[in-house]
Formats: sequence, structure tokens, C-alpha cells
Amino acid sequence: MKTNAVQQTFFHAVMVVLAAACVFPFLLLFIVSFTDENSIVANGYSLFPDKFSLDAYRYLWTQATPLARAYGITVFITVIGTVTGLLISSTLAYSLSRDELPFRRVLSFLVVFTLLFNGGLVPTYLVYTQIFHLKNTLLALIVPGLLTNAFFILIIRAFFKMSIPLAVIESAYIDGASEWTIFWRIVMPLSLPILATIGLMLTIAYWNDWFNGLIYITDPKLYSIQNLLNRMLSNIQFLMQNDLGGRGAETIANLPMNAVRMAIAAIGILPILIIYPFFQQYLVKGLVIGAVKG
Amino acid sequence: MQARWSRLRKRIARHYILILMALPGLAYLVINNYLPMLGVTIAFREIDYSRKGLFNLLFRNEWIGFKNFEYLFRTNDAYVITRNTILYNGVFIVLNTVVAIAVAIVLNEIRNRIASRAYQTLILLPYLISMVIVGYLGLSLFNVENGFMNRIVLPMLGIDPISWYSEPAYWPYILTLVNLWKNIGYLCIIYLAAIIGINHEYYEAAVIDGASKWQQITRITVPLISPTIVVMVLLAIGRIFYSDFGLFYQVPLNSGALKSTTDVIDTYVYRGLMTLGDIGMSSAAGLYQSAVGFVLILLSNWLVRRRSREQALF
Repeated sequence: MKTNAVQQTFFHAVMVVLAAACVFPFLLLFIVSFTDENSIVANGYSLFPDKFSLDAYRYLWTQATPLARAYGITVFITVIGTVTGLLISSTLAYSLSRDELPFRRVLSFLVVFTLLFNGGLVPTYLVYTQIFHLKNTLLALIVPGLLTNAFFILIIRAFFKMSIPLAVIESAYIDGASEWTIFWRIVMPLSLPILATIGLMLTIAYWNDWFNGLIYITDPKLYSIQNLLNRMLSNIQFLMQNDLGGRGAETIANLPMNAVRMAIAAIGILPILIIYPFFQQYLVKGLVIGAVKG
Repeated sequence: MQARWSRLRKRIARHYILILMALPGLAYLVINNYLPMLGVTIAFREIDYSRKGLFNLLFRNEWIGFKNFEYLFRTNDAYVITRNTILYNGVFIVLNTVVAIAVAIVLNEIRNRIASRAYQTLILLPYLISMVIVGYLGLSLFNVENGFMNRIVLPMLGIDPISWYSEPAYWPYILTLVNLWKNIGYLCIIYLAAIIGINHEYYEAAVIDGASKWQQITRITVPLISPTIVVMVLLAIGRIFYSDFGLFYQVPLNSGALKSTTDVIDTYVYRGLMTLGDIGMSSAAGLYQSAVGFVLILLSNWLVRRRSREQALF
């Protein structure tokens, strides 16, 4: 079948071009981060620089303390936020999945309504800063994203309803198990796939979040890695100007500015790139479930 | 009446643990969603910062009626941000849907499983990273002195360097492409899942009848995934008044010179609150977004519900 081979070649060609377009900016960024500063000034950001150099990474090594600190904060909020978010959304989803829950319809409506109407940025900001005083606390990086999206609750509830037979719950109930035992010993273990998927979505959301830091955090000591990147996008000297434990030994004139800027972004991307292949399958599943709801 | 109450009491007593389990989540929704909903009334009030606390904030400040809205709609701003928001999202919906379906069809045709998997991995990559990183990637292309566009691409075409971050005219194209680049992998996966769900017998029968590849695509694939397409598009239309804040804030590097083509409702509200400190205007614009957004979501949900009940939100 000759036409088949032609078709296949064509399809591959289309996908290769697309994939290249998706990867190209990353490649450029990594290469620039390894490019000698003089070579950048002479030729611009190029995929094939005249001279490579590790100067940018050497400089960032002197700023290891503030970078490690920001990474630590990102890891901390991601772990705490994901675990807490999973706990409160799965418990809420479970009780909403049971017909026995008193006021079930009203409570379900309360969840769904948050998807239809929201107060918007200004009232939310005022509630968190004026009432709960979260400004410049780590909680500000955790709390606003806890349920990211009430949609997750509906997805988990749909999973509980479909995949956990009522008979199992009822027989456990007759055997004298409490609701609490049923939830922890039967429902949660049976729901690991959906919990892993939602947990992954939460993890990515926390890891990538810069918005909460942008509006609630002004103290650079509490910056997550995304917030640090956000500040350095407009001000590359941010690390030196702030007393974050970085050393300002080098004069600004000697800094390989262009390469440093790209190197710090590279350090920000790298962890995700490294673990991406391991969670890709769950991610794909999560995206599909999220789009078509159950 | 008495009997109903005692039944309910019994039910609560028996299943109080279920209520306890629901409480943390519900309490959170009250804090994160319902308190701010009450807070939308500040758009109608004169804010006095010397008053602290929830009650004072919500109920003690002086009513000024629709004054903030009058100010907002008297300026050109309201028109510009509404136009930008709707035009951008409109273009995104059409372009992203068409391209994603096309790519999903091509991806589905590829026989080599390993290659197909590799393509998926790569086109999903942009979806994974934060908009801050996208800002950096954009800078590597559009940096005025050293960027890839000005130093490599434009010289090859014989065009003079362009100062991208101060020329509003280019940004509708740039933002549209960045948005496509970032979301194509995600949408493609959704449509690919729908295509994979199509029964193979349709294609086998079509091949026997001598249908070409193109006929199979236009007569079988597209019609059979149209329920997914319709639902995805309707849901997107329901959210047409909300935009991707990161795209419009990070990618143009928050540049004031680009405002005429990059300012959308979300960035306007943010700037009013955080940069200008004009809470009245900002909360008015926010409530305008929430109110119109609410109507649009109800409308799109109603339309989705008419097609397929289980896909609807409620």
C-alpha cells in the first residue's frame, strides 16, 4: 500500500513540526543559559552560539541560599496544600455521595453554586487580608488554592457513586463499622486512582502558582520559586538587592545578565521536566476526566 | 410536622459523622467563596479603611449606589477591556478548537505507538509550566536587543528590528499564538480521547465502501465527536468573560505601553486593586465581570443540559 506510506509520512511530518514548535522555546532558553555573554552581545540569542559558558550557573551558585529557600517554600506549600486539599475535598465528596446525608441537596447546591458565581478578586483579597490577615504569611500561599476548583469535588463524588458499590458500604455498616472506618478502610483504598489523579492536578497547581504570592506576599523571604522568578523577570538584580542571604560580591557590570536570566528560568523548569515522564499517564487521565466529568 | 422533625433529628443523630466529614470543605467554601460573594456589595460603597473587621467592611460603609459603575462606564476603559476580553476569547475558542481537532485526528492516524506517544508528550509540555516561565520564554524570543526574533529571524527576512514590548499592534497575534501553543496539547488530548472511543466498525465499513481517508474524517470522525466538541465549546463560551490572567499579565511583561491591546477585565481589576489602589473602580469592574459571567454560565449550562444531561454542571 503505497498511499498509506505517503500518508503516514505526511502525518509524521505534521507532528514533528508541531512538536518542534512546542519544544523550541525551551531549547532556546536552555542554550542561552549556557551561552557566553560576549557571544550573546555579538550574535543575539542563538541556537548555535559561538562560545558556551557556565558563568551564569556559577553566579547562581553564589546565590544558592535564596534559591534553595524559595524552592523549600514551594515544596512545603505544595505538599501541605495537596494533602490538605485532597483530604477536605474527598471527605466532602464522600458525604455528598451518600443519600443518607441530611440536607444533601442544599449542600450539593452550595458546592455547585461556587462554580457559577464568584465574588471576584477584590472581595476575596479583602476577606483574606482584612478579616483573616493572611498577608505575608505562608498560609496565603496555601489557603486560597485548597480546593482549586469545586469541580474536583463533583468529580470525586461521581467516582465514589459509580465505583463503590452501595452493598459494600451497607454490609460494612451492618457489621458494625462506623462511617469513619468505612471511609478510611474501604472508600479511600478503592479510590486511589481518582485520588492520585486529583492529587496530581493539585500538585501542579501549587507548584506553578505565582498569583497568590503576587497579591498576598510582599516579603521576599516568603517568596516561592515562582514568585522569585516573577520578580526577576522584571528585575534581574533582585537576588542581590534583597537581604535574602545571597552574596552580592560581584559587581553588576560583570554579571552575565542575559544568561543568568535564562539560567534561573531553567532551574525553575528543570524539576518538572525531570519528573514529567513519570506522571504523564496520570496527567492525561486527569485532564480527560476533568473535561468530561466522570 | 412533628413526625417529620423527629425523623430528621433521628437521621442527623444517626449520620452525624457524615455531616462532620462535610464540614471542613463547606467551611472552606464559606470562607473562600461565600464571604467574598457578600463582599461584592463593596462595589456600591465608599470604602473607609479605618474601619476594620468583616462586619464593618461589609455593612458599615456608606452606600453610594451605582457611582462606581457610572465612573467605570463613562471612561473608555470599560469598552476596551470588554472588547479585548471577548475578542481574544472568541478567537481562542475558534482557533484552538479547530487546530486541536485537526491535531487529534492526525495523532490518531499515526500507527507507530511510540512515536505517537512521544508527540503527545512534547505537545503537552507547554501546558505544564507556569505563565511566569512562559514570560521568560517569550522574552527569549522578543527581547529587543538580543531576542531570537530581532537578531535571527527578522534579519533573515531583511526586516528592521521591532521593539516588541512597546508596539501594541503585534500583541493580538502574539497572545493568540502563545495561547494556542500553551493549550493545544490539553485540548488535543480531550479530543483524542473522544476519537479513540469511536467504534472501529464504522471505519471498516467505510473502507469496504471505498471511502477515502478524507471522507472517513469528515463523514465519521468529526460527526461522531461532535457531542464533545459542542460541550467543550459551550463551556468555553460560558467562561468568555473570564480570561487567563497569567497570559495577559506575564507574557506582555505587564507593559503599560501595550495596554490598548493586552488589557482585559482580569488585568484591569488586578491593576485597579494592587497598583492604582482604586478599589471602587476595581470592584465595580469585578462585579460587572461576575454578573455577566454568571448569566453566560447559566445560559451555556442550560444549552449543554439540553444536549446531554450528565455533562451539565447542574
